[in-house]
Amino acid sequence: MINERNLPILATLLVFIMLYGFGMYQYQGFRDTLVFSNLLTDNAFLIITAIGMTFVILSGGIDLSVGSMIAFIGVLMAYLITNTGMHPLFAIGIALVVGVAFGAIMGVIIAFFEIQAFIVTLAGMFLFRGLAYLINLDAVPIDHPFIAGLYDIYVPLPGRGGLTFIAMAMLVLLALGILIARRTRFGMSVYALGGDSHSAALLGVPVKKTIIKIYALSGFYSAMSGVIFAIYTSSAYPLAAVGVELDAIAAVVIGGTLLTGGVGYVFGTFLGGMIQGIIQTLITFDGSLNSWWTKLAVGGLLLFFILLQKGIVVWVRKRSAA
Amino acid sequence: MKKHNFLHKHQKTLAPLLSLVLIILVTASITPGFLSLRIVDGHLFGSLLDILHRATPTALVALGMAVVIGTRGIDLSVGAVIAISGAVTAVLTVNTDFPVWLVILCALGTGIICGLWNGILVSVFNIQPIVATLILMVAGRGIAQMITEGQIVTFHSDVLDAIGNGYFLAFPIRVWIAIGMIALTVLVMRKTALGLFIEAVGANVRASRLVGIEARLLVLSAYVFSGFCAAMSGIILAADIRGADANNAGLWLELDAILAVVLAGASLAGGRIYLLLTIVGVLIIQTLTTAILTSGLPAQYNLVVKATIILAVLLIQSPKTRQWLSGIFLKNKNAGSAGKASTDKGSTRA
Repeated sequence: MINERNLPILATLLVFIMLYGFGMYQYQGFRDTLVFSNLLTDNAFLIITAIGMTFVILSGGIDLSVGSMIAFIGVLMAYLITNTGMHPLFAIGIALVVGVAFGAIMGVIIAFFEIQAFIVTLAGMFLFRGLAYLINLDAVPIDHPFIAGLYDIYVPLPGRGGLTFIAMAMLVLLALGILIARRTRFGMSVYALGGDSHSAALLGVPVKKTIIKIYALSGFYSAMSGVIFAIYTSSAYPLAAVGVELDAIAAVVIGGTLLTGGVGYVFGTFLGGMIQGIIQTLITFDGSLNSWWTKLAVGGLLLFFILLQKGIVVWVRKRSAA
Repeated sequence: MKKHNFLHKHQKTLAPLLSLVLIILVTASITPGFLSLRIVDGHLFGSLLDILHRATPTALVALGMAVVIGTRGIDLSVGAVIAISGAVTAVLTVNTDFPVWLVILCALGTGIICGLWNGILVSVFNIQPIVATLILMVAGRGIAQMITEGQIVTFHSDVLDAIGNGYFLAFPIRVWIAIGMIALTVLVMRKTALGLFIEAVGANVRASRLVGIEARLLVLSAYVFSGFCAAMSGIILAADIRGADANNAGLWLELDAILAVVLAGASLAGGRIYLLLTIVGVLIIQTLTTAILTSGLPAQYNLVVKATIILAVLLIQSPKTRQWLSGIFLKNKNAGSAGKASTDKGSTRA
């Protein structure tokens, strides 16, 4: 059903198909499943972060702390595994609890002190990066048979590709995100909050509680992304994932979520993250273009989608006025 | 009683100033020789001067940021604009035989174009400022790298060297440039109607439009001003290291600039802005950074300390906290002397 609500995500899907189609038409190698499965693996941490960000943006907020969170969680995990000899599963558990707790604390400050999410999460961004530095200044390898074991899990697909543990974890988290957004009372509250927080409050949505949960959820997803990133690189580095918050926001917007909140799909965010990955892959395949073209292309797409959203909003307003 | 009133009235102004003095005094007690200034070859030297020297790029950016925040906006792209203008400065100096003034004009011009771009997105297309400036923030470093072709371009020019590290009348030239820019901005914002209009737009767009203020043009010009300031800062930063680094020039500077404006007591929701206090905010941040470095604490404490201070300031500034605190305060007073409660109510709420 085509209406103004899912027009952005249809545009996202179209861009995705066009870019992928262009790659398949232009390069022989693109037609193999290997490219697709690599896209899933290489962009897993970005997409996971962006899923959490989707909830934040759907509610009309923003979370700038996610990139630092990824680095902090990675360094924390490495410290727990290497210095205390803890089993990685426990380390991952502790890291996730810490991520959720920090997210919830930011949520409390935003909800109860009524300070803008933008500036609170900015402070969080400084804080997590700083905490990561406090634990460790250098890149350290995470060397543990369990992590290596996770890395080796592999489900071959037809062709040369296959699903890694990282890709599968991302897909599971994606499914979880879609379920939370679509099938839970909390998900409905998030959409209501982003549509109009006043009306939402009048309709009985627990505004403060929902806000805290949203940032805790974003904390969970970015912590999870930190874990995945650490497995992906088998190392931890306090300067890792600088600027990922912007890539995540870009993925959400390119995925068709309205930046003013209230409208959007978690699945769109997945497409948004994949589109960024395809652009990068296309530039790598081309070989003659430099990596900065990725930034330009992503910036251009961002502009296109924001203008598209604006156009739709104006169009809808005109139509309902007529 | 009179003194009390004075304190109350200027509470907002005094808080950042006192914090700055406090931080300087604490640092001075930890680090011997922190306050000492000496003159070598007619140049002033010392930690305090070093703070001024290092604070100039942030101060310029914060000046533009304060005006933008006054219109209820935000400019995330300043770091990228710094990279672009630095790249333009370096590439034009190396690849063309333009005279220096033309190079500087071109660099400032790119800043103005960047500001125009942001301003048009915000005021004509009505895109939220965070998002509109995010586009240039993401793409800007790509543009800068395209200009430098991915290299760190180093250059040599006597005039630019002077801007980066030269001295005039005992003070670094860049400090003079910043002082000139600050004075000019304060003059325009406080002695002409422009400042009032900008704050009016930030406080209430619709009301200001109804009294006949051309809101769109004002918002547009705020972003152009911010772009201009960022470009100026970019030229100074490039001149300082005699090169343009598209990846790292001005990295995180937008955050320091926003922090300075917030430390000065401005609300991110627009309205009143405090230009001179913003500069005090910049000095607080720079003094903290220098203090952490000179006190022998590892440099990595820098971010944690900064983040803690921002959070503390934000929590103190929050209207909720004030309401809450004054609530407790009132209760105590009421319990103490019921008769005086009514007059106290007046003064605490003021």
